[in-house]
Amino acid sequence: MSELAASSRISVDDAPQDAASALQAAERQQAKRRWLLLTPALVILLLAASGPLLIVLTYSFLKPGDYGGVIWQFSTEAWFNVFLQEDIFEETVTFSDAHLSIFWRSVRLSLGTTLMALLIGFPTAYFMATRPASSRDLWLFLITIPFWTNLLIRTFAIMEVIRNEGIINSILIGLGIIDTPIQMMFTDFAIMLGMLYVYLPLMVLPIYASMEKLDFRLVEAGYDLYATRWRVLKRVIFPLVKPGVIAGSILVFIPSLGAYVTPRVLGGGKNLMLGNLIELQFGQGRNWPLGAALSITLLAIVMIALLAYVRNVSRQENTHG
Amino acid sequence: MSEGKASPSAVEAETVTKIFGSGETQVTALNEVSVAIRQNEFFTLLGPSGCGKTTLLRLIAGFDHPTGGTILLEGQDISYLPPYKRPVNTVFQNYALFPHMTVGENIGFGLEMLGQGKAERDRAVGEMLQLVRMDELKDRKTDQISGGQQQRVALARALAPHPKVLLLDEPLSALDLKLRKEMQIELKRLQHETGITFIFVTHDQEEALTMSDRIAVMNAGRILQIGSPREIYDHPAERFVANFIGETNFLEAEVVSTKNGSARLRLPSGKMVAAALAEGARTEGKVSIVVRPEHAGLTSAKAKAALTGRLENVVYFGTDTHYHLRLEGGGEPFIVRQQNSRDTEEKLEPGSEVGIEIGKNAVQVLRD
Repeated sequence: MSELAASSRISVDDAPQDAASALQAAERQQAKRRWLLLTPALVILLLAASGPLLIVLTYSFLKPGDYGGVIWQFSTEAWFNVFLQEDIFEETVTFSDAHLSIFWRSVRLSLGTTLMALLIGFPTAYFMATRPASSRDLWLFLITIPFWTNLLIRTFAIMEVIRNEGIINSILIGLGIIDTPIQMMFTDFAIMLGMLYVYLPLMVLPIYASMEKLDFRLVEAGYDLYATRWRVLKRVIFPLVKPGVIAGSILVFIPSLGAYVTPRVLGGGKNLMLGNLIELQFGQGRNWPLGAALSITLLAIVMIALLAYVRNVSRQENTHG
Repeated sequence: MSEGKASPSAVEAETVTKIFGSGETQVTALNEVSVAIRQNEFFTLLGPSGCGKTTLLRLIAGFDHPTGGTILLEGQDISYLPPYKRPVNTVFQNYALFPHMTVGENIGFGLEMLGQGKAERDRAVGEMLQLVRMDELKDRKTDQISGGQQQRVALARALAPHPKVLLLDEPLSALDLKLRKEMQIELKRLQHETGITFIFVTHDQEEALTMSDRIAVMNAGRILQIGSPREIYDHPAERFVANFIGETNFLEAEVVSTKNGSARLRLPSGKMVAAALAEGARTEGKVSIVVRPEHAGLTSAKAKAALTGRLENVVYFGTDTHYHLRLEGGGEPFIVRQQNSRDTEEKLEPGSEVGIEIGKNAVQVLRD
């Protein structure tokens, strides 16, 4: 009995130290586990993302081969050609209008697509999140259906709708509203419509995810405190689902900027976007270094856009808090 | 009180019905409920979950609209007015504080929506923070304060626009016991200081009894009884009310004669007692009666006792002792509660035969 008491007293005295070291050991163990769990992702990231990126970066500083490929000789010519052009006869250097206009169109169309996706996606997500829980899964399912079909097929479907002999024009002509078909194919509108159609779910889903977590009693509290519908939307709902809006905007903007299939099919040969320009350099253009430099430029634009966005958002939050 | 009678009721519900859903899944949450809530009153809607008390509150707030009947605010029909057009504010069960705003911004939100300028608003927010004794926490985020503090912020936010009526939807249910007691007193103080009509929803009978000026007991979409806590406790009108509030002994008795709302009854033991009649209670034949455990006593003089029974269980509670008895002639167990004093000597043993005496005015006849 006394022995037991003595031993229990000792363990009580030692307890704080024991607990502290045990806690440290557990933390170390946990840190190790975290890294272990991260390993597959890190390996893939290293092999599939960083590796190719380094190759592309290297290529951009080499000389183009005559029949594609690269010559292993350092050169900044590709980077020069990204923004500038040299007139061989007059030996003057000017901004490359062709490239700049493609950059500008890409950014413009992507921003437009993102904005339209937000305008359509936000009410859609709101509608879905306010359905009874039992029918929400159905709506979610309907939203994801387009993903089941190949991107190319979906793009050709859009073409079928908007081309001169397509569904819209046939109906309008059939009804006698117009005489000659409205030219929709091969315009910026066609490209935006195609990208909007393809990327809209990427806007709806993250907004829906944050909207579903939204406590709708807060909306009631807003109404209760004399806020009209518009003000509840602006002051209560929007600030609370902002993470979803940000995620959705990024998810639509980035792939739009690098879109390749949609502008190719719906924009025809004339309305190039960055993705098509890059493809051109690796294909017919046989200028791999320029293609590589353009790819890095695209990456840089995305990074700058993201940084600007994130900084803007965090500044807004700081002024709020 | 006279003032309250002269001006129209703060809130009046006239045969309000609310039906949710349709077809087979149709649920009648409120069934022709009528109630008039007076100005400056602390009025409580009391009932079990699903009784319709929250539905009635939501109809007054404007989050839902009645299927039938009308709701008047100071005599004006507000049945179909949206919530943001009603001078009525709500304290929500989970407080529903805006997580993206500070304490001060939360409290000022209603005033901001009403178009009040910043300087004026800041002053009002300061006053409100003082009223709920939270001056230092103005710039905290709502998740950086405790549950009790959140409760106070929710109160301040709802009181800041000076509503005509404040609705409280089980606001204390998330607090621990000690804090709840504190807030009960706090709420009474706030109601007194602001002079605003409070409509309070709860399923906690003790909360209702301690805080309310009047209580409406609800069940299954109906109001069963409206009255002061005392009336409700001492003179329950129905079995449900008597059962829901406090502990009660139910007995059967036969009406012998009635006079001016009181009756003489014959108990199953053959003894006669006087009783108060609930409104609408039967005045002849067999009736249900209730006797509160603390209104009955034990006596050794069995011949004079109203009832006799065998003691089954004695439970000591510190302040009082509960005696569980099996009545002669069977039926439900009968409970007698007696105040303890230091002089009380414990001499009653389970198994002994004892008499039960029933105090004057202790018997209430229920309506069926």
